[in-house]
Amino acid sequence: MTSRALLLKIARFLVFAPFILGLSDLNKARAQDKPYFVTYSQDLEEPGNLEIESKSAIGTPNGGNQFGAVAGEFEYGATAWWTTELYLDGQGTISESTIPTGIRWENRLRMLMAEHAINPVFYVEFENISGADKNMLEVVGHDGKSDLAVANAASRQDHKHEGELKLILSSNVRNWNVSENFIAEKNLGHAPWEFGYAVGVSRPLSTSFRDCTFCTSKVPVGVEVFGGLGDTWSLTMRDTSHYVAPVIAWYLPKQTRLSFSTGFGLTRSSLDRIYRVGFAVEIPQFGHLFRGESR
Amino acid sequence: MNRVILFALSAATLCPMLAAGAIATSSWENVPRKNHTQVNPMAGDSKAIAGGAALYREHCAQCHGDHAEGVGKKKPSLKTERVRIATDGDLEWFLRQGDLRHGMPSWSKLPKEQRWLIVSYLRSLQE
Repeated sequence: MTSRALLLKIARFLVFAPFILGLSDLNKARAQDKPYFVTYSQDLEEPGNLEIESKSAIGTPNGGNQFGAVAGEFEYGATAWWTTELYLDGQGTISESTIPTGIRWENRLRMLMAEHAINPVFYVEFENISGADKNMLEVVGHDGKSDLAVANAASRQDHKHEGELKLILSSNVRNWNVSENFIAEKNLGHAPWEFGYAVGVSRPLSTSFRDCTFCTSKVPVGVEVFGGLGDTWSLTMRDTSHYVAPVIAWYLPKQTRLSFSTGFGLTRSSLDRIYRVGFAVEIPQFGHLFRGESR
Repeated sequence: MNRVILFALSAATLCPMLAAGAIATSSWENVPRKNHTQVNPMAGDSKAIAGGAALYREHCAQCHGDHAEGVGKKKPSLKTERVRIATDGDLEWFLRQGDLRHGMPSWSKLPKEQRWLIVSYLRSLQE
């Protein structure tokens, strides 16, 4: 098997694994995160649970080819206050190529053990990705559509080792969630700190509970706004991109979650539209399978 | 390379400090008075108990067992004296707060109505 064929197999696995697991009887817990794609809330993974999610992003930069990027996300609740997550990224660009674009390892830690009006979560991430990564899991600095128009053959030569810090502030108030993320990202080579933000608001359509599939209580909706805030070499909003994105999710049977979003670019540097689809499945008490403990 | 080491050291130092700076855990004595005295608006409603049972199966059974019997020390039974003596308000408050240090997540992400349903179900287990 060639390395390209192997990579394609891995990419297919990342896309379809959550669907296959969703049809199995492994999962009994509800994948009930917020519907956001970019914004993080205070919600962490329940301890011992593993959530597998595929997140795709589809867009067409001016002067470039349409791309579809996919991130396979493995999120594990190490404790009730610490969630660790591994991403495997890849993308395919029409008339160019389908390539893996790197990995990310992130950790989120609740800073206060009790629930408050505003709940801070500290986020630290290490990324080993190429310039061809188009998942747009965050927008920082002067990121823009011109970066996404570069041909894969050229952009994949650019290897980035980046550290990223986020301060997540989040509140669950009267069935609404309001979350704000402040992002600082640093290429560990000779590059400036880049800054960004993401803000999200969401709420279930109905707060009453019915044990059914087609119920409004199973559909949270919201909106997120995100974008870049310049960098330490050019701390200005000029040539930064910003998006507003309505989001909607649906908690499906078999304890899975499907989510959609359409992001609308707000500045000249932004893509006109970015479409996202996510599918998640949660495996309860995954860690205990390896510790030999009964559920 | 120095920058990589510096970043890793900063992250490794900062994370435990933030976690260690956490605030105390939950117990009934710590429940604020207004929460302690809150009355479950769905108390005694059989539909609420059924709804609470469904929510319990979704969110709680994986740790506390299908019948709230518990699994070992870390995943305690919910049919205990401690739960019995708690007011409905105490239980709703505890579900919202969680006990992160001891492995119980916060369920503030559930609408308050749904937390009351779970309280109704927990109450039915004590009878």
